[in-house]
Amino acid sequence: MDLDPLLLSRIQFAFVVSFHIIFPAFTIGLAAWLATIEGMRLATGKPVYRRVFDFWLKVFALSFGMGVVSGIVMAFQFGTNWSVLAERTGPIQGPLLGYEGFTAFMLEATFFGVMLLGRDRTPPWFYFVSCCMVALGTMLSSFWILCNNSWMQVPLGHTVVDGKLVPDDWWAITTGPIVRLRWPHMLLAAFLTTGMSVIATGAWYLLRRTYSEEGRVMLRWGIGLVAVIIPVQMFFGHLTGEYVLHYQPAKFAAIEARWHTQQPASEVLIAIPDEAAQRNLLAIEVPRLGSFIASGTWDAREIGLDTFPPEDRPPVFIPFWAFRLMVGMGLIMVAVSWFGVWLRFRGRLETTRWFLWVAFLSFPTGFVAVLAGWFTAEVGRQPWVVYGLLRTKDAVTPSLTTADVLFSLIAYIAVYVTIYSFGFYYIYRLLRDGPAVEVAAALPGAAMAGAVRGGGE
Amino acid sequence: MSAVEPSNLALFWAGVIVVAILVYVILDGFDLGVGILFGTTGDETLREEMMAAISPFWDGNETWLVVIGASLFAAFPVVYAVFLPAFYIPVLLLLFGLIFRGVAFEYRYGAGARRLWDWGFFIGSAVAAFVQGAAVGAMIRGIPVVNNQYAGGSFDWLRPLPVVTGIGLMLGYALLGAGWLTLKSEGALRDWAWQRIPWLAGAVLVVLAIAAGAAFIERARVTGSLFLGRPWGLIFPAIGLLAMYGVFTAARRRHDARPFALTAVFFVAALLSLAVMFWPYMIPYTITVGNAAAPEKSLSFLFWGAGVFVLPVIAVYTAVVYWLFRGKLRKGYG
Repeated sequence: MDLDPLLLSRIQFAFVVSFHIIFPAFTIGLAAWLATIEGMRLATGKPVYRRVFDFWLKVFALSFGMGVVSGIVMAFQFGTNWSVLAERTGPIQGPLLGYEGFTAFMLEATFFGVMLLGRDRTPPWFYFVSCCMVALGTMLSSFWILCNNSWMQVPLGHTVVDGKLVPDDWWAITTGPIVRLRWPHMLLAAFLTTGMSVIATGAWYLLRRTYSEEGRVMLRWGIGLVAVIIPVQMFFGHLTGEYVLHYQPAKFAAIEARWHTQQPASEVLIAIPDEAAQRNLLAIEVPRLGSFIASGTWDAREIGLDTFPPEDRPPVFIPFWAFRLMVGMGLIMVAVSWFGVWLRFRGRLETTRWFLWVAFLSFPTGFVAVLAGWFTAEVGRQPWVVYGLLRTKDAVTPSLTTADVLFSLIAYIAVYVTIYSFGFYYIYRLLRDGPAVEVAAALPGAAMAGAVRGGGE
Repeated sequence: MSAVEPSNLALFWAGVIVVAILVYVILDGFDLGVGILFGTTGDETLREEMMAAISPFWDGNETWLVVIGASLFAAFPVVYAVFLPAFYIPVLLLLFGLIFRGVAFEYRYGAGARRLWDWGFFIGSAVAAFVQGAAVGAMIRGIPVVNNQYAGGSFDWLRPLPVVTGIGLMLGYALLGAGWLTLKSEGALRDWAWQRIPWLAGAVLVVLAIAAGAAFIERARVTGSLFLGRPWGLIFPAIGLLAMYGVFTAARRRHDARPFALTAVFFVAALLSLAVMFWPYMIPYTITVGNAAAPEKSLSFLFWGAGVFVLPVIAVYTAVVYWLFRGKLRKGYG
């Protein structure tokens, strides 16, 4: 692989989008969590809910702002580095991504302002409605992104005119069979990400024997929510796997590291895929399980990568391992949440310190799962940027030089490391200092700017 | 490519983009300008007040940039696909500039390393203003396109004319920012801003005179004619000059609201001059509005949601925020 504008642009896109996705994944869940807690406060009138709410609102505001900043960068990537993609698919991707920007914009223009500033100026029911609208808005925002990405995974509802992809059926594009699975999969992933963060924060306070009341609320609620959501998420994950099997068989074969067609097919649990030799090193396999997972019978024939011409095969190492990483994170969530529920029933949830440590340390599981899942989906789609229609290598901006992209990539890394290390430190301090510290009041610029900064995305 | 007549929807979206650019330049212009002025004083009291004078507004102002970008990609994907590669490095610098100045609003109070964020606020604002101005200069020079893709070099934007327009826009934004400060502040900060307005206005006129001369020569070189049969377009530069004269008069009489309003008029006149100069091109002098427009199905899909619903909401929101924070800077304002 040469260090050319194509490879560098791919690395740059992977870098900025990976950085970005962390924040929406967190804030979609946080918005829903805040609406839930505010609803509980209205229903029960308990002051602890208000304290928990105010605390997470600060985290939400900061994360939302960081998401917006990294999102503006995303809005320009398609044009700067993938101008052939932008030009040829613009009639479809443009409106979808445009709506995403507009949706996020609308959201911050209206109800988010109420959420940040309107506590004392609006009636409680309206405040609650605003929280719900913000939650709805973040979800809607992600809907457009998933529409767009699902169309890139399995293009439908378009015609080709003079080499341009022209929308033909917006209904199909926005409600196709793929986006119907992948949007819920992403939403649930966001809820789980936030759920695990809430659990970990609660556990942290209990371990430190501080903010016990708030910590207990966070731990109990988090564990309850994750315990309920995780099986639903596994079901949608299963459905997502089925769509990959039917629409993107090469990606499926890559995820399974199945180099050759097999009948019956074994399941490779763990291996080091050797792409040059097209085989697996140190593989641990279960005979026949591969057929069962893919087709539901123990002796089905499952196609391997050798079915596809070499130029149409995706890389194997990243999809294979990223997928297993995602599933592994899911299993940790199952273990933590279900065992937590069991401890709760035994009345030992808040006192079992080793469990609190485990819960605290599982803080990043949601983030890792989201990133790993996206890496599986995106790398598995290669060598296509729009599956079957436009290859990644043909989509890159033709006028770019290696020096351009090398400069921009290094600059992005330097700027992000600077900006976000301070940002993460800031969030860490908010979490560490806990609900009692009035950080928001210490910020003179915190009015509208509190977090509603920048623009859409 | 042969020129295609733009459809009504294409004209609608072109109009939206022109209006969005106007609004963006005036609104983000003043807060970028205040950011530039921020770097010219070391007085912490003045700096605090400057920050406070723009903190309720700047984020909303920047969202107009997103309106421009989103509308371009959705309605004129070819322009989006040519413009961004043509300005690869400037766009990068613009983003970094906006990021650094954006986080400065929060970080300077809570994240430590205050001097870093103060410098970031100033330099970020200045760089953002400069590259926007340079892009205008580069567009006057014309942007080479082959097969709907940018066909020039990475540093075509760094020529004498773009550098002059870049400096011009920095000064113009600073003038707008000074006008904002006389409008919103009192006491020491207002005096400070008043002292700078005549100098800034003079500098803007000088730089713009150079840029305008160069632009006309450049344009004559590229297109072979000076006015493209639109001499009536000269009305806009004339309005601009009158507005500038008004700024000088206002500076003598210390009428708090006038410099900002008149500088805004000046900017509108300057942008309309450019629009007259470029029409019917969106990418001068290769891609026209009609050629760049997305298919009708894309334009109407966008129209019925974003055009009918989102844009009016954004306009109302902008108006409400400015109404809520009207009048002079007060305590607890930010």
